[in-house]
Amino acid sequence: MNRNKNISSVREWKGAELAGCWLLRFSLILVLFILGFIIYDLVSKGLEVINWEFLSDSPRVGMTEGGILPAIIGTFYVTLITIAFAVPFGVAAAIYLNEYAVQGRITRLVRMALRNLAGVPSIVFGLFGMAVFVKLFGFGPSLIAAGFTLGLLTLPVTVTAAEEALSTVPRSYREGSFALGATRWQVVRTVVLPRAMPGILTGTILGLARAAGETAPILATGAAFFLPYLPDSVFSQFMALPYHLFIMSTQHHDIAAVRPIAYGTALVLVVLVFFLNLVAVVLRRRFRSRAAKGL
Amino acid sequence: MMMQIVNTLKNENKLHPPLTNNSSEESALTGKDHFEVKVENLQFFYGRKQALFDINIEAQEKGVTALIGPSGCGKTTFLRVLNRMNDLVTDTHLEGRVCIQGRDIYDPATDVVELRKRVGMVFQQPNPFPKSIFDNIAYGPRIHGEKNKNRLSEIVEKSLQGAALWDEVKDRLYDPALSLSGGQQQRLCIARVLAVQPKILLMDEPTSAVDPIATQRIEDLVRELCRDYTIIIVTHNMQQAARISDYTGFFLQGELIEWGETSRIFTRPRDQRTEDYITGRFG
Repeated sequence: MNRNKNISSVREWKGAELAGCWLLRFSLILVLFILGFIIYDLVSKGLEVINWEFLSDSPRVGMTEGGILPAIIGTFYVTLITIAFAVPFGVAAAIYLNEYAVQGRITRLVRMALRNLAGVPSIVFGLFGMAVFVKLFGFGPSLIAAGFTLGLLTLPVTVTAAEEALSTVPRSYREGSFALGATRWQVVRTVVLPRAMPGILTGTILGLARAAGETAPILATGAAFFLPYLPDSVFSQFMALPYHLFIMSTQHHDIAAVRPIAYGTALVLVVLVFFLNLVAVVLRRRFRSRAAKGL
Repeated sequence: MMMQIVNTLKNENKLHPPLTNNSSEESALTGKDHFEVKVENLQFFYGRKQALFDINIEAQEKGVTALIGPSGCGKTTFLRVLNRMNDLVTDTHLEGRVCIQGRDIYDPATDVVELRKRVGMVFQQPNPFPKSIFDNIAYGPRIHGEKNKNRLSEIVEKSLQGAALWDEVKDRLYDPALSLSGGQQQRLCIARVLAVQPKILLMDEPTSAVDPIATQRIEDLVRELCRDYTIIIVTHNMQQAARISDYTGFFLQGELIEWGETSRIFTRPRDQRTEDYITGRFG
Protein backbone atom coordinates (compact mmCIF):
# COMPACT_ATOMS: atom_id res chain seq x y z
CA MET A 1 0.00 0.00 0.00
CA ASN A 2 2.58 2.39 1.18
CA ARG A 3 4.71 1.60 -1.79
CA ASN A 4 1.95 2.27 -4.26
CA LYS A 5 1.29 5.59 -2.67
CA ASN A 6 4.91 6.50 -3.00
CA ILE A 7 5.01 5.60 -6.64
CA SER A 8 1.96 7.69 -7.46
CA SER A 9 3.39 10.69 -5.63
CA VAL A 10 6.58 10.30 -7.62
CA ARG A 11 4.51 10.26 -10.76
CA GLU A 12 2.69 13.43 -9.74
CA TRP A 13 5.96 15.08 -8.98
CA LYS A 14 7.19 13.99 -12.35
CA GLY A 15 4.22 15.69 -13.95
CA ALA A 16 5.01 18.92 -12.14
CA GLU A 17 8.61 18.52 -13.19
CA LEU A 18 7.55 18.13 -16.78
CA ALA A 19 5.30 21.20 -16.61
CA GLY A 20 8.14 23.19 -15.06
CA CYS A 21 10.48 22.09 -17.79
CA TRP A 22 7.98 23.26 -20.42
CA LEU A 23 7.59 26.58 -18.66
CA LEU A 24 11.35 27.09 -18.80
CA ARG A 25 11.45 26.01 -22.41
CA PHE A 26 8.62 28.36 -23.29
CA SER A 27 10.44 31.29 -21.63
CA LEU A 28 13.49 30.62 -23.75
CA ILE A 29 11.41 30.33 -26.91
CA LEU A 30 9.72 33.64 -26.09
CA VAL A 31 13.07 35.38 -25.67
CA LEU A 32 14.36 33.95 -28.92
CA PHE A 33 11.12 34.88 -30.67
CA ILE A 34 11.38 38.52 -29.59
CA LEU A 35 14.98 38.70 -30.72
CA GLY A 36 14.11 36.98 -33.98
CA PHE A 37 11.20 39.31 -34.58
CA ILE A 38 13.31 42.43 -34.03
CA ILE A 39 15.99 41.17 -36.39
CA TYR A 40 13.44 40.11 -39.00
CA ASP A 41 11.71 43.50 -38.84
CA LEU A 42 15.01 45.35 -39.12
CA VAL A 43 16.41 43.28 -41.95
CA SER A 44 13.21 43.11 -43.99
CA LYS A 45 12.67 46.86 -43.89
CA GLY A 46 16.22 48.14 -43.55
CA LEU A 47 18.08 46.00 -46.04
CA GLU A 48 16.42 47.54 -49.11
CA VAL A 49 17.79 51.03 -48.42
CA ILE A 50 21.29 49.86 -47.73
CA ASN A 51 23.63 50.24 -50.64
CA TRP A 52 26.99 51.82 -51.26
CA GLU A 53 25.52 55.31 -51.54
CA PHE A 54 23.72 54.92 -48.21
CA LEU A 55 26.98 54.04 -46.48
CA SER A 56 29.22 56.56 -48.24
CA ASP A 57 27.10 59.68 -48.69
CA SER A 58 25.93 62.47 -46.41
CA PRO A 59 22.25 63.11 -45.78
CA ARG A 60 20.79 65.37 -48.45
CA VAL A 61 17.58 67.29 -49.14
CA GLY A 62 16.61 67.91 -45.53
CA MET A 63 17.80 64.43 -44.59
CA THR A 64 15.17 62.76 -46.73
CA GLU A 65 17.75 61.41 -49.14
CA GLY A 66 21.41 60.46 -49.20
CA GLY A 67 23.29 58.33 -46.73
CA ILE A 68 24.48 58.17 -43.17
CA LEU A 69 28.26 58.35 -43.57
CA PRO A 70 28.73 61.19 -41.03
CA ALA A 71 26.84 59.21 -38.42
CA ILE A 72 28.96 56.11 -39.03
CA ILE A 73 32.17 58.13 -38.86
CA GLY A 74 30.98 60.00 -35.78
CA THR A 75 30.12 56.80 -33.93
CA PHE A 76 33.48 55.34 -34.94
CA TYR A 77 35.41 58.37 -33.63
CA VAL A 78 33.46 58.67 -30.42
CA THR A 79 34.00 54.97 -29.75
CA LEU A 80 37.75 55.41 -30.22
CA ILE A 81 37.77 58.17 -27.63
CA THR A 82 35.69 56.02 -25.32
CA ILE A 83 38.31 53.25 -25.64
CA ALA A 84 41.18 55.66 -25.02
CA PHE A 85 39.43 56.88 -21.88
CA ALA A 86 37.81 53.80 -20.39
CA VAL A 87 40.32 51.03 -21.11
CA PRO A 88 43.47 52.40 -19.44
CA PHE A 89 41.61 53.76 -16.42
CA GLY A 90 39.36 50.73 -16.12
CA VAL A 91 42.17 48.19 -16.34
CA ALA A 92 44.41 50.18 -14.02
CA ALA A 93 41.63 50.50 -11.45
CA ALA A 94 40.90 46.77 -11.70
CA ILE A 95 44.58 45.92 -11.23
CA TYR A 96 44.75 48.10 -8.16
CA LEU A 97 41.55 46.71 -6.73
CA ASN A 98 42.45 43.08 -7.32
CA GLU A 99 46.24 42.99 -6.93
CA TYR A 100 47.24 45.83 -4.64
CA ALA A 101 44.39 46.85 -2.38
CA VAL A 102 44.14 45.10 0.97
CA GLN A 103 40.94 43.10 0.68
CA GLY A 104 38.39 44.01 3.29
CA ARG A 105 35.41 46.21 4.03
CA ILE A 106 36.60 49.06 1.87
CA THR A 107 37.21 46.95 -1.24
CA ARG A 108 33.79 45.37 -0.79
CA LEU A 109 32.29 48.84 -0.57
CA VAL A 110 34.13 49.91 -3.72
CA ARG A 111 32.87 46.89 -5.63
CA MET A 112 29.33 47.59 -4.49
CA ALA A 113 29.68 51.20 -5.60
CA LEU A 114 30.91 50.03 -9.01
CA ARG A 115 27.95 47.74 -9.46
CA ASN A 116 25.61 50.58 -8.56
CA LEU A 117 27.44 52.93 -10.90
CA ALA A 118 26.86 50.45 -13.70
CA GLY A 119 23.15 50.71 -12.97
CA VAL A 120 22.95 54.50 -13.12
CA PRO A 121 20.64 55.50 -16.02
CA SER A 122 22.58 56.69 -19.04
CA ILE A 123 20.74 60.03 -19.21
CA VAL A 124 22.21 60.84 -15.80
CA PHE A 125 25.67 60.21 -17.22
CA GLY A 126 24.72 62.42 -20.17
CA LEU A 127 23.75 65.34 -17.97
CA PHE A 128 26.81 64.82 -15.78
CA GLY A 129 28.98 64.86 -18.89
CA MET A 130 27.37 68.08 -20.02
CA ALA A 131 27.92 69.74 -16.67
CA VAL A 132 31.52 68.58 -16.30
CA PHE A 133 33.09 68.11 -19.74
CA VAL A 134 31.04 70.53 -21.82
CA LYS A 135 30.70 73.35 -19.29
CA LEU A 136 33.24 72.98 -16.48
CA PHE A 137 36.16 71.78 -18.63
CA GLY A 138 34.98 74.02 -21.46
CA PHE A 139 35.22 71.35 -24.16
CA GLY A 140 31.87 72.50 -25.54
CA PRO A 141 29.61 69.99 -27.25
CA SER A 142 32.26 67.83 -28.89
CA LEU A 143 33.60 64.37 -29.70
CA ILE A 144 35.88 64.50 -26.69
CA ALA A 145 33.11 65.47 -24.25
CA ALA A 146 30.82 62.74 -25.60
CA GLY A 147 33.66 60.19 -25.70
CA PHE A 148 34.61 60.89 -22.09
CA THR A 149 30.97 60.67 -21.04
CA LEU A 150 30.58 57.30 -22.74
CA GLY A 151 33.90 56.35 -21.18
CA LEU A 152 32.51 57.08 -17.72
CA LEU A 153 29.45 55.05 -18.56
CA THR A 154 31.63 52.10 -19.63
CA LEU A 155 34.11 52.33 -16.77
CA PRO A 156 32.19 50.29 -14.18
CA VAL A 157 31.62 47.55 -16.74
CA THR A 158 35.28 47.59 -17.76
CA VAL A 159 36.55 47.57 -14.19
CA THR A 160 34.23 44.75 -13.19
CA ALA A 161 35.03 42.63 -16.25
CA ALA A 162 38.77 43.24 -15.90
CA GLU A 163 38.72 42.42 -12.22
CA GLU A 164 36.83 39.24 -12.87
CA ALA A 165 39.42 38.25 -15.46
CA LEU A 166 42.26 39.05 -13.05
CA SER A 167 40.71 37.07 -10.25
CA THR A 168 40.51 33.93 -12.40
CA VAL A 169 44.29 33.81 -12.76
CA PRO A 170 45.34 30.89 -10.53
CA ARG A 171 46.98 31.83 -7.26
CA SER A 172 49.72 29.31 -7.94
CA TYR A 173 51.06 31.46 -10.81
CA ARG A 174 51.28 34.49 -8.56
CA GLU A 175 52.93 32.51 -5.78
CA GLY A 176 55.39 30.91 -8.17
CA SER A 177 56.39 34.32 -9.39
CA PHE A 178 56.59 35.93 -5.96
CA ALA A 179 58.68 33.00 -4.71
CA LEU A 180 61.25 33.73 -7.42
CA GLY A 181 61.67 37.22 -6.01
CA ALA A 182 59.38 39.13 -8.34
CA THR A 183 58.01 42.45 -7.21
CA ARG A 184 54.26 42.90 -7.22
CA TRP A 185 54.35 44.84 -10.45
CA GLN A 186 56.53 42.19 -12.10
CA VAL A 187 54.05 39.54 -11.03
CA VAL A 188 51.21 41.56 -12.53
CA ARG A 189 53.03 42.41 -15.75
CA THR A 190 54.63 39.07 -16.54
CA VAL A 191 52.19 36.51 -15.18
CA VAL A 192 48.80 37.94 -14.28
CA LEU A 193 48.11 40.36 -17.14
CA PRO A 194 49.05 38.02 -20.02
CA ARG A 195 46.81 35.41 -18.53
CA ALA A 196 43.91 37.80 -17.84
CA MET A 197 44.16 39.68 -21.14
CA PRO A 198 41.54 37.67 -23.05
CA GLY A 199 38.96 38.21 -20.33
CA ILE A 200 39.81 41.88 -20.06
CA LEU A 201 39.54 42.36 -23.83
CA THR A 202 36.25 40.52 -24.09
CA GLY A 203 34.70 42.39 -21.20
CA THR A 204 35.91 45.70 -22.53
CA ILE A 205 34.59 45.09 -26.02
CA LEU A 206 31.20 44.10 -24.67
CA GLY A 207 31.15 47.31 -22.64
CA LEU A 208 32.07 49.30 -25.73
CA ALA A 209 29.40 47.64 -27.79
CA ARG A 210 26.90 48.90 -25.29
CA ALA A 211 28.40 52.40 -25.26
CA ALA A 212 28.41 52.61 -29.06
CA GLY A 213 24.66 52.20 -29.12
CA GLU A 214 23.88 54.70 -26.36
CA THR A 215 21.92 57.83 -27.22
CA ALA A 216 21.24 59.67 -24.01
CA PRO A 217 24.84 60.31 -22.95
CA ILE A 218 25.77 61.91 -26.29
CA LEU A 219 22.54 63.84 -26.63
CA ALA A 220 23.70 66.63 -24.37
CA THR A 221 27.45 66.36 -24.91
CA GLY A 222 28.14 66.71 -28.60
CA ALA A 223 25.92 64.77 -30.99
CA ALA A 224 24.44 67.03 -33.64
CA PHE A 225 21.11 66.92 -35.44
CA PHE A 226 22.72 67.51 -38.81
CA LEU A 227 26.17 68.59 -39.92
CA PRO A 228 27.17 69.36 -43.47
CA TYR A 229 30.79 68.38 -42.76
CA LEU A 230 32.71 65.57 -41.04
CA PRO A 231 34.34 66.22 -37.65
CA ASP A 232 37.91 67.48 -38.09
CA SER A 233 39.09 67.59 -34.48
CA VAL A 234 38.18 66.14 -31.11
CA PHE A 235 36.46 69.42 -30.35
CA SER A 236 34.07 69.15 -33.31
CA GLN A 237 30.46 68.24 -32.93
CA PHE A 238 29.50 65.04 -34.68
CA MET A 239 26.61 62.94 -35.91
CA ALA A 240 26.17 59.49 -34.43
CA LEU A 241 24.15 56.44 -35.45
CA PRO A 242 21.96 56.07 -32.35
CA TYR A 243 21.18 59.78 -32.24
CA HIS A 244 20.53 59.90 -35.97
CA LEU A 245 18.11 57.01 -35.54
CA PHE A 246 16.37 58.87 -32.71
CA ILE A 247 15.96 61.96 -34.89
CA MET A 248 14.76 60.08 -37.91
CA SER A 249 12.12 58.29 -35.88
CA THR A 250 10.85 61.13 -33.69
CA GLN A 251 12.21 64.57 -34.55
CA HIS A 252 12.15 64.77 -38.33
CA HIS A 253 9.55 66.99 -40.00
CA ASP A 254 8.43 64.16 -42.25
CA ILE A 255 8.85 60.99 -40.24
CA ALA A 256 6.84 58.80 -42.59
CA ALA A 257 9.06 59.73 -45.55
CA VAL A 258 12.33 58.97 -43.79
CA ARG A 259 11.15 55.74 -42.18
CA PRO A 260 13.22 53.55 -44.56
CA ILE A 261 16.32 55.61 -43.73
CA ALA A 262 15.60 55.08 -40.03
CA TYR A 263 15.35 51.33 -40.60
CA GLY A 264 18.58 51.34 -42.56
CA THR A 265 20.32 53.28 -39.79
CA ALA A 266 19.02 50.89 -37.15
CA LEU A 267 20.26 47.90 -39.14
CA VAL A 268 23.73 49.41 -39.57
CA LEU A 269 23.90 50.15 -35.85
CA VAL A 270 22.81 46.64 -34.89
CA VAL A 271 25.28 45.11 -37.34
CA LEU A 272 28.05 47.29 -35.88
CA VAL A 273 27.26 46.20 -32.32
CA PHE A 274 26.93 42.61 -33.48
CA PHE A 275 30.31 42.90 -35.17
CA LEU A 276 31.91 44.18 -31.94
CA ASN A 277 30.44 41.24 -30.05
CA LEU A 278 31.70 38.90 -32.73
CA VAL A 279 35.20 40.32 -32.34
CA ALA A 280 34.94 39.64 -28.61
CA VAL A 281 33.90 36.05 -29.23
CA VAL A 282 36.65 35.43 -31.79
CA LEU A 283 39.29 36.94 -29.53
CA ARG A 284 38.16 34.81 -26.63
CA ARG A 285 38.31 31.70 -28.81
CA ARG A 286 41.79 32.51 -30.05
CA PHE A 287 43.12 33.15 -26.57
CA ARG A 288 41.44 30.01 -25.27
CA SER A 289 43.03 27.78 -27.84
CA ARG A 290 46.36 29.44 -27.11
CA ALA A 291 45.84 28.86 -23.40
CA ALA A 292 44.95 25.24 -24.10
CA LYS A 293 48.33 24.88 -25.80
CA GLY A 294 49.90 26.39 -22.69
CA LEU A 295 51.46 29.47 -24.26
CA MET B 1 67.18 18.12 25.58
CA MET B 2 67.06 20.51 22.69
CA MET B 3 70.45 21.90 23.59
CA GLN B 4 71.94 18.45 23.53
CA ILE B 5 70.79 17.90 20.01
CA VAL B 6 72.09 21.27 18.98
CA ASN B 7 75.42 20.45 20.49
CA THR B 8 75.74 17.14 18.74
CA LEU B 9 74.86 18.84 15.48
CA LYS B 10 77.47 21.48 16.08
CA ASN B 11 80.16 18.97 16.83
CA GLU B 12 79.43 17.10 13.67
CA ASN B 13 79.49 20.26 11.70
CA LYS B 14 83.03 21.01 12.76
CA LEU B 15 84.22 17.92 10.96
CA HIS B 16 82.82 19.30 7.71
CA PRO B 17 83.33 23.02 7.73
CA PRO B 18 80.96 24.81 5.32
CA LEU B 19 82.44 26.02 2.08
CA THR B 20 80.89 29.41 1.55
CA ASN B 21 82.20 32.53 3.14
CA ASN B 22 78.99 34.22 4.17
CA SER B 23 78.97 32.04 7.23
CA SER B 24 81.75 34.07 8.77
CA GLU B 25 79.54 37.11 8.59
CA GLU B 26 76.79 35.01 10.09
CA SER B 27 78.80 33.91 13.07
CA ALA B 28 79.88 37.48 13.59
CA LEU B 29 76.28 38.58 13.68
CA THR B 30 74.82 35.81 15.75
CA GLY B 31 77.81 34.71 17.70
CA LYS B 32 76.86 31.13 16.90
CA ASP B 33 78.08 28.49 14.59
CA HIS B 34 77.13 28.08 10.99
CA PHE B 35 73.38 27.90 10.95
CA GLU B 36 71.77 28.77 7.65
CA VAL B 37 68.37 28.88 9.29
CA LYS B 38 67.80 29.64 12.92
CA VAL B 39 64.34 30.09 14.35
CA GLU B 40 63.82 31.23 17.92
CA ASN B 41 60.55 31.29 19.84
CA LEU B 42 58.46 31.67 16.72
CA GLN B 43 54.75 32.26 17.25
CA PHE B 44 52.61 32.64 14.16
CA PHE B 45 49.04 33.88 13.89
CA TYR B 46 46.33 33.90 11.24
CA GLY B 47 44.24 36.76 12.55
CA ARG B 48 43.70 35.89 16.19
CA LYS B 49 44.19 32.18 15.67
CA GLN B 50 47.63 30.98 16.60
CA ALA B 51 49.00 28.45 14.12
CA LEU B 52 52.56 27.95 15.35
CA PHE B 53 53.60 27.76 18.99
CA ASP B 54 57.07 28.59 20.18
CA ILE B 55 59.06 26.97 17.39
CA ASN B 56 62.81 26.61 17.88
CA ILE B 57 64.80 24.93 15.16
CA GLU B 58 68.09 25.29 13.39
CA ALA B 59 69.39 24.02 10.10
CA GLN B 60 72.98 24.00 9.04
CA GLU B 61 74.29 24.81 5.64
CA LYS B 62 73.70 22.03 3.10
CA GLY B 63 71.84 18.85 3.84
CA VAL B 64 68.16 18.04 4.00
CA THR B 65 65.83 18.80 6.87
CA ALA B 66 62.47 17.09 6.58
CA LEU B 67 59.37 18.35 8.36
CA ILE B 68 56.78 15.69 9.02
CA GLY B 69 53.45 15.66 10.77
CA PRO B 70 49.74 15.17 10.14
CA SER B 71 47.79 17.54 7.86
CA GLY B 72 47.09 20.95 9.31
CA CYS B 73 49.88 20.71 11.86
CA GLY B 74 51.60 23.86 10.63
CA LYS B 75 54.50 22.48 8.63
CA THR B 76 53.54 24.33 5.46
CA THR B 77 52.86 27.52 7.41
CA PHE B 78 56.29 27.17 8.96
CA LEU B 79 57.91 26.67 5.57
CA ARG B 80 56.22 29.77 4.23
CA VAL B 81 57.52 31.77 7.17
CA LEU B 82 61.05 31.16 5.90
CA ASN B 83 60.63 33.05 2.61
CA ARG B 84 57.91 35.35 3.87
CA MET B 85 55.29 33.95 1.53
CA ASN B 86 52.84 34.40 4.38
CA ASP B 87 53.17 38.13 3.81
CA LEU B 88 50.81 37.57 0.89
CA VAL B 89 48.11 36.33 3.23
CA THR B 90 46.25 39.20 4.81
CA ASP B 91 46.00 39.53 8.55
CA THR B 92 48.92 37.35 9.62
CA HIS B 93 51.63 38.21 12.09
CA LEU B 94 54.39 36.56 14.02
CA GLU B 95 56.58 36.93 17.06
CA GLY B 96 60.07 35.64 17.69
CA ARG B 97 63.15 35.62 15.51
CA VAL B 98 63.72 33.99 12.14
CA CYS B 99 67.32 34.29 11.02
CA ILE B 100 68.56 33.19 7.64
CA GLN B 101 72.27 33.35 7.00
CA GLY B 102 72.56 35.32 10.18
CA ARG B 103 70.06 38.02 9.34
CA ASP B 104 66.65 38.43 10.93
CA ILE B 105 64.38 38.24 7.88
CA TYR B 106 61.51 39.93 9.69
CA ASP B 107 63.62 42.96 10.41
CA PRO B 108 61.90 45.97 8.82
CA ALA B 109 65.02 46.62 6.76
CA THR B 110 64.80 43.24 5.03
CA ASP B 111 64.50 43.33 1.26
CA VAL B 112 61.84 40.66 0.70
CA VAL B 113 62.62 40.37 -3.02
CA GLU B 114 66.26 39.71 -2.23
CA LEU B 115 65.26 37.25 0.49
CA ARG B 116 63.12 35.24 -1.90
CA LYS B 117 66.01 35.10 -4.34
CA ARG B 118 68.14 33.51 -1.64
CA VAL B 119 65.38 31.26 -0.36
CA GLY B 120 63.70 29.49 -3.27
CA MET B 121 60.47 27.56 -3.02
CA VAL B 122 58.97 24.56 -4.77
CA PHE B 123 55.25 24.07 -4.32
CA GLN B 124 53.03 21.09 -3.76
CA GLN B 125 51.37 21.33 -7.16
CA PRO B 126 53.81 21.83 -10.04
CA ASN B 127 53.09 25.39 -11.14
CA PRO B 128 54.99 26.16 -14.33
CA PHE B 129 53.90 29.40 -15.99
CA PRO B 130 51.94 29.05 -19.23
CA LYS B 131 55.07 29.87 -21.18
CA SER B 132 57.72 27.83 -22.96
CA ILE B 133 60.18 25.66 -21.04
CA PHE B 134 62.93 28.15 -21.81
CA ASP B 135 60.89 31.15 -20.69
CA ASN B 136 59.96 29.41 -17.46
CA ILE B 137 63.58 28.89 -16.49
CA ALA B 138 64.66 32.29 -17.77
CA TYR B 139 61.81 33.96 -15.88
CA GLY B 140 63.72 34.49 -12.63
CA PRO B 141 66.95 35.78 -14.18
CA ARG B 142 64.93 38.05 -16.47
CA ILE B 143 62.96 39.72 -13.70
CA HIS B 144 66.23 40.25 -11.91
CA GLY B 145 67.56 42.11 -14.91
CA GLU B 146 69.44 39.56 -17.03
CA LYS B 147 68.89 40.43 -20.70
CA ASN B 148 71.89 38.87 -22.41
CA LYS B 149 70.64 36.00 -24.57
CA ASN B 150 73.79 33.91 -24.29
CA ARG B 151 73.89 34.29 -20.55
CA LEU B 152 70.23 33.31 -20.34
CA SER B 153 70.75 30.21 -22.50
CA GLU B 154 73.65 29.26 -20.30
CA ILE B 155 71.57 29.66 -17.13
CA VAL B 156 68.70 27.68 -18.64
CA GLU B 157 70.98 24.79 -19.60
CA LYS B 158 72.76 24.75 -16.26
CA SER B 159 69.53 24.93 -14.27
CA LEU B 160 67.87 22.17 -16.28
CA GLN B 161 70.96 20.02 -15.83
CA GLY B 162 70.87 20.80 -12.13
CA ALA B 163 67.30 19.55 -11.99
CA ALA B 164 68.13 16.45 -14.07
CA LEU B 165 65.75 17.51 -16.81
CA TRP B 166 68.11 18.74 -19.50
CA ASP B 167 68.39 15.48 -21.43
CA GLU B 168 64.64 15.14 -21.61
CA VAL B 169 63.88 18.62 -22.87
CA LYS B 170 66.98 19.93 -24.61
CA ASP B 171 65.41 19.39 -28.04
CA ARG B 172 62.17 21.14 -27.21
CA LEU B 173 63.04 24.11 -25.07
CA TYR B 174 60.44 26.23 -26.83
CA ASP B 175 57.55 23.83 -26.26
CA PRO B 176 54.96 24.86 -23.69
CA ALA B 177 56.02 23.88 -20.19
CA LEU B 178 52.51 22.58 -19.63
CA SER B 179 53.07 19.90 -22.27
CA LEU B 180 55.47 18.15 -19.88
CA SER B 181 54.35 15.35 -17.59
CA GLY B 182 53.56 16.16 -13.96
CA GLY B 183 56.90 14.87 -12.70
CA GLN B 184 58.80 16.75 -15.39
CA GLN B 185 56.84 19.88 -14.55
CA GLN B 186 57.90 19.57 -10.92
CA ARG B 187 61.55 19.21 -11.92
CA LEU B 188 61.06 22.19 -14.21
CA CYS B 189 59.86 24.15 -11.20
CA ILE B 190 62.96 23.07 -9.33
CA ALA B 191 65.11 24.16 -12.28
CA ARG B 192 63.25 27.47 -12.34
CA VAL B 193 64.21 28.05 -8.73
CA LEU B 194 67.84 27.01 -9.31
CA ALA B 195 68.07 29.61 -12.07
CA VAL B 196 67.96 32.45 -9.55
CA GLN B 197 70.83 30.83 -7.61
CA PRO B 198 69.31 30.48 -4.17
CA LYS B 199 71.17 29.23 -1.12
CA ILE B 200 68.20 27.54 0.48
CA LEU B 201 65.46 25.48 -1.13
CA LEU B 202 62.08 25.13 0.52
CA MET B 203 60.00 22.27 -0.80
CA ASP B 204 56.37 21.88 0.14
CA GLU B 205 55.39 18.24 -0.43
CA PRO B 206 57.00 18.35 -3.88
CA THR B 207 56.11 14.75 -4.68
CA SER B 208 52.54 14.62 -3.46
CA ALA B 209 51.10 15.36 -6.90
CA VAL B 210 53.34 13.10 -9.00
CA ASP B 211 53.49 9.35 -9.64
CA PRO B 212 55.88 6.95 -7.85
CA ILE B 213 58.50 6.90 -10.60
CA ALA B 214 58.59 10.68 -10.76
CA THR B 215 58.72 10.72 -6.97
CA GLN B 216 61.79 8.52 -7.07
CA ARG B 217 63.51 10.87 -9.51
CA ILE B 218 62.70 13.91 -7.42
CA GLU B 219 63.98 12.18 -4.29
CA ASP B 220 67.23 11.32 -6.07
CA LEU B 221 67.42 14.93 -7.18
CA VAL B 222 66.95 16.19 -3.63
CA ARG B 223 69.85 14.00 -2.48
CA GLU B 224 71.92 15.37 -5.35
CA LEU B 225 71.01 19.01 -4.67
CA CYS B 226 71.67 18.89 -0.94
CA ARG B 227 75.39 18.87 -1.63
CA ASP B 228 75.08 22.46 -2.80
CA TYR B 229 71.91 23.73 -1.19
CA THR B 230 70.31 23.77 2.21
CA ILE B 231 67.02 21.98 1.68
CA ILE B 232 64.00 22.07 3.93
CA ILE B 233 61.30 19.76 2.75
CA VAL B 234 57.78 19.27 4.02
CA THR B 235 56.46 15.78 3.47
CA HIS B 236 53.52 13.79 4.67
CA ASN B 237 55.37 10.65 3.73
CA MET B 238 57.47 9.35 6.61
CA GLN B 239 59.35 6.86 4.46
CA GLN B 240 60.34 9.72 2.24
CA ALA B 241 61.63 11.70 5.20
CA ALA B 242 63.58 8.65 6.34
CA ARG B 243 65.02 8.10 2.86
CA ILE B 244 66.15 11.57 1.94
CA SER B 245 66.70 13.70 5.02
CA ASP B 246 69.60 14.21 7.38
CA TYR B 247 67.45 15.88 10.01
CA THR B 248 63.79 15.50 10.76
CA GLY B 249 61.39 17.69 12.69
CA PHE B 250 58.00 16.46 13.85
CA PHE B 251 55.15 18.96 13.96
CA LEU B 252 51.90 18.39 15.80
CA GLN B 253 49.11 20.93 16.20
CA GLY B 254 51.39 23.88 15.58
CA GLU B 255 54.16 22.70 17.86
CA LEU B 256 57.52 21.35 16.90
CA ILE B 257 57.45 18.29 19.14
CA GLU B 258 60.92 17.05 18.41
CA TRP B 259 63.71 17.41 15.92
CA GLY B 260 67.10 15.90 15.38
CA GLU B 261 69.06 13.55 13.19
CA THR B 262 66.74 11.52 11.06
CA SER B 263 68.25 8.19 12.06
CA ARG B 264 67.76 9.06 15.70
CA ILE B 265 64.21 10.37 15.31
CA PHE B 266 63.14 7.24 13.52
CA THR B 267 64.89 4.78 15.81
CA ARG B 268 64.92 6.42 19.21
CA PRO B 269 62.31 9.17 19.35
CA ARG B 270 62.38 10.95 22.69
CA ASP B 271 58.77 12.03 22.76
CA GLN B 272 55.93 9.58 23.05
CA ARG B 273 53.90 11.50 20.45
CA THR B 274 56.70 11.27 17.91
CA GLU B 275 56.90 7.55 18.48
CA ASP B 276 53.14 7.21 18.15
CA TYR B 277 53.16 9.09 14.87
CA ILE B 278 56.12 7.29 13.40
CA THR B 279 54.78 3.90 14.32
CA GLY B 280 51.50 4.84 12.70
CA ARG B 281 49.30 5.07 15.76
CA PHE B 282 47.73 8.28 14.45
CA GLY B 283 47.98 10.70 11.57
